[in-house]
Amino acid sequence: MPTVLFTSALHRFLPAPAQQVAGETVGGALAAVFASRPALRGYVLDDQGALRRHVAVYVGGQPVKDRLRLTDPVGPCDEIYVFQALSGG
Amino acid sequence: MSDRLYVGTHKGLFELGRNNGAWEVVDIRFLGDPVSAVLAHEDGSIYAALDLGHFGAKLWRRDRTGAWNELAVPVFPPKPDDAADDPHPWSLGKIWVLEPGGVPGRLWAGTMPGGLFRSDDGGASWSLIEALWRMPERRQWAGVAGGEQPGINSVLVDPRNPADIRVGVSTAGVWASTDKGASWDLINRGMYNEYMPPERREDPITQDVHRLARCTAHPEIVWCQHHNGVFRSTDAGARWHELTAIRPSKFGFAVAAHPHDGDTAWFVPAVKDERRIPVDGKVVVARTRDGGHSFEVLSKGLPQHHAYDLVWRHGLAVDGTGERLAVGSTSGGLWISEDCGDSWTMPEMRLPPIAVVRFAPL
Repeated sequence: MPTVLFTSALHRFLPAPAQQVAGETVGGALAAVFASRPALRGYVLDDQGALRRHVAVYVGGQPVKDRLRLTDPVGPCDEIYVFQALSGG
Repeated sequence: MSDRLYVGTHKGLFELGRNNGAWEVVDIRFLGDPVSAVLAHEDGSIYAALDLGHFGAKLWRRDRTGAWNELAVPVFPPKPDDAADDPHPWSLGKIWVLEPGGVPGRLWAGTMPGGLFRSDDGGASWSLIEALWRMPERRQWAGVAGGEQPGINSVLVDPRNPADIRVGVSTAGVWASTDKGASWDLINRGMYNEYMPPERREDPITQDVHRLARCTAHPEIVWCQHHNGVFRSTDAGARWHELTAIRPSKFGFAVAAHPHDGDTAWFVPAVKDERRIPVDGKVVVARTRDGGHSFEVLSKGLPQHHAYDLVWRHGLAVDGTGERLAVGSTSGGLWISEDCGDSWTMPEMRLPPIAVVRFAPL
């Protein structure tokens, strides 16, 4: 199962431990995390379910391509990193 | 007078208390995080909205026991296919203003990108006021200067009738509902917008209402700091009359209405409009006590040399007596008056840029 890891910057606001979850896409894996931690969802996704503008998600060391619908595939050994996109001072 | 003042800044929420005649910081929350709105409710709870740069808008409440808890934020519904050409996002940008609804549990939240939300359970859950959001005219709402999204900056609830609501929008005029938000009308007449093409100057929906303030004891009296001047209405925001006596300038963002005296209000003028600095580098407050026929320029205790403080829409507050006022600036300047603005003192602190100041209810 892929592993989802969250930036420590989130820990200031709420618990966000790394989790191994079932999922074949970025969206599927994140949905599995949010099912057990619903408060985390609004910190990562906007109201329409897209990645927040200033949140980055990397898989295999690369930024995901589909930030709107989160359809990038993930494999069972992948690590999904969720962190803040630095976009300004 | 109110002895508690809440100051929402770019780097946290500061609670000030008055002890032995001096104001001091008695509590700090959310240090390092931008606060976009504050409400000190008459039930004793405190609401603080955060505008986290990476992680979005958040809402917290301190209950009467002093415990802070995160609440749900207003959320927009799924964007339907027929809204593909909507120029504004269906996603919460930030909570810009929070107001009590006049009945237990009810709150109103004005937001960017222009959604109005109501809670009937003390902020535990929120509903988008669909009737306003789905008005075809809403697509004409324009973004706040320097930003992409329109915003509801003011929510006025009639203290005699909590179903009667007025909202001020940057930039879309004044909207009114008399049925708790089920139906809406664009009501403002008499304003003008100098920067628009001539044929649209007086169009109500183009009016850049920076901030509205209402006299609690005389709710039909509403004041407006507009992009192009200051205005007063004596019919709850329908017809507006420009107050040309304002000094030293007619541009500004903030206005506060005296809670009992319908002829008294305060403004914080600035140089229009791209510059946005105090006139001649002097921070002043303009006060009228005669319904706007004349204004006094109040400066005692305010910085008068090389001061470049700007006061945003929610950076001016008056308490429930009308005697105590607070002004907070983009430079972190905070000044408090105990005498209706005649004189001001600066508490011994140097704060982050201030978005909002708000007194606790009496």
